[in-house]
Amino acid sequence: MSEKVRTRLEELDDFEEGSQKELLNLTQQDYVNRIEELNQSLKDAWASDQKVKALKIVIQCSKLLSDTSVIQFYPSKFVLITDILDTFGKLVYERIFSMCVDNRSVLPDHFSPENANDTAKETCLNWFFKIASIRELIPRFYVEASILKCNKFLSKMGISECLPRLTCMIRGIGDPLVSVYARAYLCRVGMEVAPHLKESLNKNFFDFLLTFKQIHGDTVQNQLVVQGVELPSYLPLYSPAMDWIFQCISYHAPETLLTEMMERCKKLGNNALLLNSVMSAFRAEFIATRSMDFIGMIKECDESGFPKHLLFRSLGLNLALADPPESDRLQILNEAWKVITKLKNPQDYINCAEVWVEYTCRHFTKREVNTVLADVIKHMTPDRAFEDSYPQLQLIIKKVIAHFHDFSVLFSVEKFLPFLDMFQKESVRVEVCKCIMEAFIKHQQEPTKDPVILNALLHVCKTMHDSVNALTLEDEKRMLSYLINGFIKMVSFGRDFEQQLSFYVESRSMFCNLEPVLVQLIHSVNRLAMETRKVMKGNHSRKTAAFVRACVAYCFITIPSLAGIFTRLNLYLHSGQVALANQCLSQADAFFKAAISLIPEVPKMINIDGKMRPSESFLLEFLCNFFSTLLIVPDHPEHGVLFLVRELLNVIQDYTWEDNSDDKIRIYTCVLHLLAAMSQETYLYHIDKVDSNDSLYGGDSKFLAENNKLCETVMAQILEHLKTLAKDEALKRQSSLGLSFFNSILAHGDLRNNKLNQLSVNLWHLAQRHGCADTRTMVKTLEYIKKRSKQPDMNHLTELALRLPLQTRT
Amino acid sequence: MGTSLDIKIKRANKVYHAGEILSGVVVISSKDSVQHQGVSLTMEGTVNLQLSAKSVGVFEAFYNSVKPIQILNSTIEMVKPGKFPSGKTEIPFEFPLHVKSNKVLYETYHGVFVNIQPQKGKLTPSPVDFTITPETLQNVKERALLPKFLIRGHLNSTNCVITQPLTGELVVESSEAAIRSVELQLVRVETCGCAEGYARDATEIQNIQIADGDVCRGLSVPIHMVFPRLFTCPTLETTNFKVEFEVNIVVLLHADHLITENFPLKLCRV
Repeated sequence: MSEKVRTRLEELDDFEEGSQKELLNLTQQDYVNRIEELNQSLKDAWASDQKVKALKIVIQCSKLLSDTSVIQFYPSKFVLITDILDTFGKLVYERIFSMCVDNRSVLPDHFSPENANDTAKETCLNWFFKIASIRELIPRFYVEASILKCNKFLSKMGISECLPRLTCMIRGIGDPLVSVYARAYLCRVGMEVAPHLKESLNKNFFDFLLTFKQIHGDTVQNQLVVQGVELPSYLPLYSPAMDWIFQCISYHAPETLLTEMMERCKKLGNNALLLNSVMSAFRAEFIATRSMDFIGMIKECDESGFPKHLLFRSLGLNLALADPPESDRLQILNEAWKVITKLKNPQDYINCAEVWVEYTCRHFTKREVNTVLADVIKHMTPDRAFEDSYPQLQLIIKKVIAHFHDFSVLFSVEKFLPFLDMFQKESVRVEVCKCIMEAFIKHQQEPTKDPVILNALLHVCKTMHDSVNALTLEDEKRMLSYLINGFIKMVSFGRDFEQQLSFYVESRSMFCNLEPVLVQLIHSVNRLAMETRKVMKGNHSRKTAAFVRACVAYCFITIPSLAGIFTRLNLYLHSGQVALANQCLSQADAFFKAAISLIPEVPKMINIDGKMRPSESFLLEFLCNFFSTLLIVPDHPEHGVLFLVRELLNVIQDYTWEDNSDDKIRIYTCVLHLLAAMSQETYLYHIDKVDSNDSLYGGDSKFLAENNKLCETVMAQILEHLKTLAKDEALKRQSSLGLSFFNSILAHGDLRNNKLNQLSVNLWHLAQRHGCADTRTMVKTLEYIKKRSKQPDMNHLTELALRLPLQTRT
Repeated sequence: MGTSLDIKIKRANKVYHAGEILSGVVVISSKDSVQHQGVSLTMEGTVNLQLSAKSVGVFEAFYNSVKPIQILNSTIEMVKPGKFPSGKTEIPFEFPLHVKSNKVLYETYHGVFVNIQPQKGKLTPSPVDFTITPETLQNVKERALLPKFLIRGHLNSTNCVITQPLTGELVVESSEAAIRSVELQLVRVETCGCAEGYARDATEIQNIQIADGDVCRGLSVPIHMVFPRLFTCPTLETTNFKVEFEVNIVVLLHADHLITENFPLKLCRV
């Protein structure tokens, strides 16, 4: 037994010595990797039930924390290693916890030691005994702290007795940096396991104050000389640990405790480090109300010690969150900026200035903000220092934008645009422009014509637009277009329509590479034409008529530059409607002709959101829309009757349709509807001040005959198609198409015409012939016919209904 | 082999005192049924005086006296000859812990000379204050070469309960040289002997660092050491052997000066 224990202990020593040496000559990344490896081997060892090995690894890791040979790396090392300690603590706790679980019950989360069984307690004690015999102080401290929670298994008072003891134990750590991190770890673990035990936290703080003088003692100073580290870069290494301790203490702490702590910090000389942590950890309100005190204390600090810009930065962070007393505000800014502006190093300067911009924007006017921006430009321009500080400069812009929702005020800040000029790297500049435009879209309520805003934003938008190149992603283009469109929609010169149009002309030349922007511009110009019509109440003067024609011309020459075929088609149709509404008949004709001549170019498949889709359904939709417009388009005096309709029918006829689709026939059915509507005495709708064919021809018999001829041609085409569907696999299509044709005739045709009447009866039979028809639909259709026949002038339907038998189920 | 045999003792910490009843189960597990000639359980307690390589010469002088001393022996028959069924069979047992007449039952411990396999007193606190300066040191060759220092402290008690830690405080009031480390060294002193002579052996059984690096002056550092369970027992003095404990406070200064202050301890169990 004793032999076994001895060899175990020896092994433990070997493992520690050997592996620690291994870590001495590594680069930082290697070091990090090695620690990660250790973390993994800890988990592996635990998983394979090698508890002693796991303990060894943890001891070995925590030993690394006594080594300060590369002192700047110490905080990072602390984080890496405490991570492993946390893992270990969790593993041990969970294992002991699982021992308390028997078949019958599981321990509740808040259990008391009486609930833990003897085996669990014994295992737990074993761990503590093993740890108590670790030779070196630092590993012994860390490993015990890591399993602090396990005291819950042993006794109720365990943790509350352990914490003060561990706190005292830290006094034995000579190196002040090592000791402050040990305190931070203990506070962290303590807060996690027993947040109600505040005493030890305070004790840690006061102990720390007692050892504070060590930082300036010979041992530390000699070490810094050896490592070639200056005091201003050494002291900030304390901040993360101190901030943490201070934060733990100040959490929900009464005001009196904070005041006491601050007083005690004040009493110590060279206390900039303490001051900084107080400012980073205490409640912002607490700091803000005492801002002037803090500025006084910061001023008194030793120049050579903790960097002042960090102190001002910390103060600035508090003031960004909480407001100081009204009366102190300007003085605070003046005092702080006096120091900030003197900072020589651009990095130090910008880190500090960036924080204070928030305070300036919150409490002061554009004058002060302008001064601050000017100062930043002055500091960051020499030697192109801004190149290294884009993130901070971007933050400054974001803060300024966030506080100035009124863009006319924002752009009247003289230095705002010069400030933007510092963003010389294109990607950053575009990012900043995007931020500005987002803010504009979000906050601008009223349309504007303010020349300052327009100039500035056009410049911003142009910057965004010019960043687009062949490699720009679709998403990015969409985003930029959205932002630019947001701007265009917000520009209004009120009644000065010509100015408005020239703005659109200018925009078109600026943003020609973004299709959605061009589309927006066309819509805007169309809207402008309609606005003009509204103002003139439909009666254009010579001047407005010319203006409207200019608008129409704008659209006509812009549309061809677009790539999307359906975008072009729809815009032609839409612009044609606008032209028609403004009595520009020949222009409207031009739009419609352009649309018709474009149809043959519609490809079979189009790209929608990155996927290739058949285009026919889109074409069908467009054509139906087109037909509705064609009803009211008056015939051109120099062309034949129904010139546009004929032209369109030719195009449809020549278009190569899908082999197995009935879309062409559906379109023909729609054409029939159009022709039926055209043969009415008065059309269903009109455009004010435009004479449609009904009044042009006044029901002229020649016109009607032309119309009828067209109808017959189209119907012949439909019947032809129905015939080709008489094959087995197409019977179903034949039936439904036949029925739909029947319905069209029923709705639009004059069934007193014998031929038509006979045709509809034939279609009815055709629909039912092969048993493909849905009986319920047929029944309903028949019921509808019977119902309609009761209306006046519809008697002939009674007779028709009699001739439509219902197929019996077979 | 298809059969395994295991003795399980009821108490998790396996510590029993004289007069108590030791109980547990014998677990026999096998795949098939097993024929056996009966099971009996023997409890034996011995004091074993062993030879240490260091002092072989001395021991040969009183060789006779190192025979194991038996202090406990009892046997019980658990099962008569027969057959165990396949699977797991558990047979409970109980032993009263009675020491053989005229022997004392000592606490188990593993030492260099003495191994006691398979125990009381009253404690009076005895605090000790100490001051260490170059002047208080013995065994110094050239006192003038030593850097000046003043270390003060106290142990709360040198009479310790074995289950409670050794506690106290230490304050480095001043020191010219930087301090490297302060350690607590727990030493066990075993003495074996009889009329013909005796052998004394001091062994470090635990070394605990309580300060690492140049500690803050004037700030008390806690002295805290848990006694290792296997290597310590209450201080013992019998006709044949003695087991005693001491603690050394070892201060290591830079330039390799080593300062040691020794305190004898008396351990007991309450």
